[in-house]
Amino acid sequence: MVKIIKKEVLTPQIKLMVIDAPRVARHAKAGQFVIVRINEEGERIPLTIADFDSEKGTVSIIFQEVGKSTIQLGELNEGDHITDFVGPLGKEIEEKNFGHVVCVGGGVGIAPIYPKAKVLKKLGNRITSIIGARSSDLLFWEDRMQSVSDALYVTTDDGSYGEKGFVTSVLDRVIQKEKIDLVIAVGPLMMMKMVSLLTKKYELPTLVSLNPIMVDGTGMCGCCRVTVGKECKFTCVDGPVFDGHSVDYDELLARQRNYLEEEKRAVENWLMKKAEEGVHHAK
Amino acid sequence: MPNNRLNGRPKMPQRTVQERIRDFDEVPLGLEKWAAIEEAKRCLQCKKPSCMKGCPVEIDIPGFIGLLAQGKIDEAVMKIKEKNSLPAICGRVCPQEEQCESLCVLGKKGQPIAVGYLERFLADYEREQGIDLQKMPTQNGKKVAIIGSGPAGLTCAGDCAKMGHKVTIFEALHSAGGVLIYGIPEFRLPKAIVAQEVDYVKSLGVELELSVVVGKTLTFDDLLQDGFKAFFIGTGAGLPHFMNLPGENLNGIYSANEFLTRSNLMKAFRFPEYDTPTKVGRRVSVIGGGNVAMDSARTALRLGAEEVCLVYRRTKKEMPARIEEIERAEEEGINCIILTNPVRFVGNENKWVTGIECIQMELGEPDESGRRRPIPVPGSEFVIPADTVVVAIGQGPNPLLLETLPELKLNKRGYIEANEVTGATSIPGVYAGGDIVTGAATVISAMGAGKKAARAIDDYLKNKS
Ligand SMILES: Cc1cc2nc3c(=O)[nH]c(=O)nc-3n(C[C@H](O)[C@H](O)[C@H](O)COP(=O)(O)OP(=O)(O)OC[C@H]3O[C@@H](n4cnc5c(N)ncnc54)[C@H](O)[C@@H]3O)c2cc1C
Ligand SMILES: Cc1cc2nc3c(=O)[nH]c(=O)nc-3n(C[C@H](O)[C@H](O)[C@H](O)COP(=O)(O)OP(=O)(O)OC[C@H]3O[C@@H](n4cnc5c(N)ncnc54)[C@H](O)[C@@H]3O)c2cc1C
Ligand code: SF4
Ligand code: FES
Repeated sequence: MVKIIKKEVLTPQIKLMVIDAPRVARHAKAGQFVIVRINEEGERIPLTIADFDSEKGTVSIIFQEVGKSTIQLGELNEGDHITDFVGPLGKEIEEKNFGHVVCVGGGVGIAPIYPKAKVLKKLGNRITSIIGARSSDLLFWEDRMQSVSDALYVTTDDGSYGEKGFVTSVLDRVIQKEKIDLVIAVGPLMMMKMVSLLTKKYELPTLVSLNPIMVDGTGMCGCCRVTVGKECKFTCVDGPVFDGHSVDYDELLARQRNYLEEEKRAVENWLMKKAEEGVHHAK
Repeated sequence: MPNNRLNGRPKMPQRTVQERIRDFDEVPLGLEKWAAIEEAKRCLQCKKPSCMKGCPVEIDIPGFIGLLAQGKIDEAVMKIKEKNSLPAICGRVCPQEEQCESLCVLGKKGQPIAVGYLERFLADYEREQGIDLQKMPTQNGKKVAIIGSGPAGLTCAGDCAKMGHKVTIFEALHSAGGVLIYGIPEFRLPKAIVAQEVDYVKSLGVELELSVVVGKTLTFDDLLQDGFKAFFIGTGAGLPHFMNLPGENLNGIYSANEFLTRSNLMKAFRFPEYDTPTKVGRRVSVIGGGNVAMDSARTALRLGAEEVCLVYRRTKKEMPARIEEIERAEEEGINCIILTNPVRFVGNENKWVTGIECIQMELGEPDESGRRRPIPVPGSEFVIPADTVVVAIGQGPNPLLLETLPELKLNKRGYIEANEVTGATSIPGVYAGGDIVTGAATVISAMGAGKKAARAIDDYLKNKS
């Protein structure tokens, strides 16, 4: 059992929670994640450690409400408890001075890119950040990203804020202008694929943080397997960060669609149950 | 239900096929009291009981059977519990036919004593009557850390606590029991029974910390700093093997670990009441021939598959699964496709599996395992249509914890090197046992290892003062 000590609504569908989890905070590193299970009936969902404070013993998570588990998590409030909070899992990113690092964050991917930019900035890297979202009301943490970046670009698909367009077009421009030593991209799989295709052309080293479906998160089930190069890797223990140019994105895109119907049923079933309970309460 | 007899030995009453394949309730129903006592009376009470040689934890078999024959049920249970704290589990999943029962003298001419059935009867009887739990032993305050709550860890923890040590079990998952919880299905080993045995270990004063991944959440150094003086590593062999064949990452292809974990630990069979889904198509193929394969096949059937087959590269004679379980699987309509080995997985444009391309095998000379080696027959490729595939070809050591302990000596296959008698590893004060030492084995051998290590830990702590 862990306690939610702070909750912040970043956008209507994206929420931040600060969790009291000293053991996880003590060993947390940028790039790692936790497995969260809300209650006894809950599934185990992976969420990136968006920030942590080893002294206070807290870990921040940011999540987008996309299905039953994340919607239900979003309904919890400060003071509420979460049944399981396991971590820190996965490998951290290499912490060293690469030189000039471009951090690309798409949508909720801004959350996991932040700790990476933060630690790399501390180590003396020059950080250029490019963050993007579908629209202005889905954008968050511009200020935080600003604070750890030497330059920051913001894009929205619909042009409601920042520059209209995709993060990749800004990235292309930066590549043309400046010498880059490393690109790190976190966001929707399609975005990471597009970034990797672009940087491959320029042979720029690129790291991506993959988000396959997971169950245990400890290397026991093999659900999170991805093909990197010619090899089969388990994202939860070998990753989640991999060389972006070697990932088989199409395979992973298909694997993420594995449970679409079931997930839809889960949400419908749950909303119905809640509506029924609502009726009971009204009586 | 009457207990049918077969050459004197009672046949275990079980639920009918039609009834059992619709749910996850237990299949064998257990002996009735009169049948158990009658069977116990058949035991010759040998002076030099050969059956005991087959028992990895040295249960006094004639001892408990003799008490049962006299109707002294409580005493019979206590006799078992002198050596084995998890009898309800062992009575269900031990391969008795290869252990105690295979050595019983009665087996030479007729049928051996049904030692396993009697063990199960006694454990169940005790549970149902609610005989009281152990008194808490007095603690001497020496802290012992147990990593992993499978049968090896639970046994070692229980025994260490009985010797007066202050024991904490750390478990990575959110439930205790290891394979007993996430691997072996409900219909073969009800989870309520595992929970009760875990409670028994807790009643001895053992603390249980779930959702702690040692090596990640807590390191060995953390544990040393917290004052732990001795360690037992019982992390099992939980790394699923794949076949490394083309198409293996298609949708619809599971490792047995994932398939069983979704169903058992995450209760996917009760989706959407529980949140974790699982996907079972009309035609399911399970690759393998061990207990894990049988469990996967029978689980698939209960999750709604219309046709389930097992694809195995040798013949039924070489299958490592328990005979009883192969029989039950076949009764339930599971089709064994023998002498067949997959070479490639076939999928559609959406990257969903549609079949397994296989090649026919024939048996050649025996290999190191003593089983005849399967050899492919050239040109015999054919496709088995399947929309769900479960790969159940074995497990390896999970490197997660081992990577954080570079001083720990491993053998060539990546398992921990431990002394056979004591479980001692290359690090003083660190003991290991169960599947992480032997590779995938049995519940009882894991328990045996936990027991031996507990004795060695006790000696170690006494000498260390
Ligand atoms: C290492 C890792 C780190 C992650 N970090 C974050 C994070 O910081 N914030 C965040 O919001 N999300 C993160 N995710 C994704 C998050 O785990 C999923 O959004 C969540 O599991 C969805 O659960 P649900 O029940 O709400 O939705 P579901 O009903 O399970 O799914 C809804 C939709 O999301 C897709 N989906 C399901 N699981 C995943 C998944 N693991 N990754 C991507 N899509 C998925 C489904 O195909 C479906 O379309 C991370 C995933 C991984 C593997
Ligand atoms: C499907 C299936 C069916 C089987 N059927 C039978 C049968 O009928 N009869 C029989 O005798 N045997 C059977 N076996 C084999 C038997 O279950 C195993 O041999 C036995 O469980 C091994 O016990 P263990 O204690 O060594 O490890 P496990 O049972 O594997 O337990 C290890 C535990 O350690 C935990 N762990 C791992 N790493 C860490 C870490 N870093 N920190 C904290 N915790 C950790 C794991 O989560 C797990 O709970 C079966 C196995 C399977 C998979
Ligand atoms: S060998 Fe068979 S008959 Fe003899 S004591 Fe053991 S169980 Fe009884
Ligand atoms: S999530 Fe199970 S192996 Fe990675």
